[in-house]
Amino acid sequence: MQDLGIRVLLEGNNMIRLLDGLWVTVRISLLAVVISIVMGILLGMVMTLKNPVTKALTRIYLEFIRIMPQLVLLFLIYFGAAKAFNIHISGELSAVIVFTLWGTAEMGDLVRGALISIPKHQYDSSAALGLTGIQIYRYIIIPQTLRRLIPLAINLVTRMIKTTSLIVLIGVVEVLKVGQQIIEASRYTAPSAALWIYGTVFFLYFIVCFPISKLSGKLEKRWQN
Amino acid sequence: MKKFKKVLIFMTVVALSIGLLAGCGGTDQSGDGGTKEPSGQPAAGNARSLDAIKESGKVIIGVFSDKAPFGYVDSSGTYQGYDVYFANRIGQDLGVDVEFVSVEPASRVEYLKTGKVDIILANFTVTEERAQSVDFALPYMKVALGVVSPDNALITDAEQLKGKTLIVAKGTTAETFFTENYPEVNLLKFDQYTETYNALLDGRGDAFSTDNTEVLAWALQNKGFTVGIESLGSIDTIAPAVQKGNTELLSWLNDEIKALGEESFFHKNYEETLAPVYGDAVDADSLVVEGGIVE
Repeated sequence: MQDLGIRVLLEGNNMIRLLDGLWVTVRISLLAVVISIVMGILLGMVMTLKNPVTKALTRIYLEFIRIMPQLVLLFLIYFGAAKAFNIHISGELSAVIVFTLWGTAEMGDLVRGALISIPKHQYDSSAALGLTGIQIYRYIIIPQTLRRLIPLAINLVTRMIKTTSLIVLIGVVEVLKVGQQIIEASRYTAPSAALWIYGTVFFLYFIVCFPISKLSGKLEKRWQN
Repeated sequence: MKKFKKVLIFMTVVALSIGLLAGCGGTDQSGDGGTKEPSGQPAAGNARSLDAIKESGKVIIGVFSDKAPFGYVDSSGTYQGYDVYFANRIGQDLGVDVEFVSVEPASRVEYLKTGKVDIILANFTVTEERAQSVDFALPYMKVALGVVSPDNALITDAEQLKGKTLIVAKGTTAETFFTENYPEVNLLKFDQYTETYNALLDGRGDAFSTDNTEVLAWALQNKGFTVGIESLGSIDTIAPAVQKGNTELLSWLNDEIKALGEESFFHKNYEETLAPVYGDAVDADSLVVEGGIVE
């Protein structure tokens, strides 16, 4: 029975279809991750401002995204926009928009946390050494912030990659859905295929996420010195 | 410092807009691959007219991609199955290409409401509740309850079950049906399908009942078991659905189903798609509805 399951994996274009699905997952999540990191850093800086207006606005934005399940956001953008404003956004673009909104909010909060965790005396002592404002940020604050940020940001990134399995509900066929299609198509001919297909899907997620956590480990080590 | 803040806020706004625009450009270029995006979409959330569909050269049909043998994707990546076979015929008769969109049970109604697909052909069971939000055409398939039992003690009539133990899954139509109509039958209830099948294999019950499409397929995989009763209880029908109020497409579909009935199209469809799974053991007439008429 077990070799039957492996056979399904290699049958026809199944392996290529899984890789195609993985590419959909990767391109949506990485696009969203890159935009989220850039905008999250800016948002985090804005969030540390003492201005009550920006404080309130960013707070509302963060809480809204945090409370809403990603699935609801996806439905809001994909179906809601079509119903309310007659705007048709493709499934993939809806996914990128939702994941960017989510990533930016969470990244912003992480950046804010990292920034305010730098003690005030760091600013004061560098100023006392005669560094200019830009120099303080360039040599003192940003390196320390980044070091605190890396593990948290990596968590967020891998979480975003894995959550893309939700986008099948707005019609985007990604790696997990392709896997389920293959399992169901061979339901009567090879009932043991499920284990092999899910195993492969697990492995595919692993080879995407593992290099990212490896990279973070390397960076952390290098910056420790 | 105030100026610095203003500049920072301005920069954030600019970055946000650029980011979103870049996001659009990026996905538009890589829009192919595993995803199927409905193209030639209506400008509004309203459904497209028959003319609009013909003009765009494409009819967008929502199907299941993981429900073999009704709607699934084969190993070469092509949509197949009973629903898909019918969908392809619709495209052929409309004179347009068919664009398949993979839908999930929970999102079928939304796809129609927002006009993201023209027709849903995803094993859509007609219910009163659903009929309030979408318009169903004539049925092309029916499901009822089936009863599977071991060959050496085959149950061919519901009357035979009296005083015996029948296995059912909780929350299914089978549970309600037997509780209401055959109170003399002892029911052995399980939460999951796999448990029910295992119970039958272990001999903990005399028979098992659920949707006939399920038991028929299962009996073929398990030697020594046969579906003695292929159709029992109230018959549910499965029909194509369009957006509420899209009468033009609805009446075209109804005419199409009637016309196809004259050439026994759905029996041919059964032979091509379901017969390989259900085999000769199953009578096509217990599943197929021809010309929209349920006997």
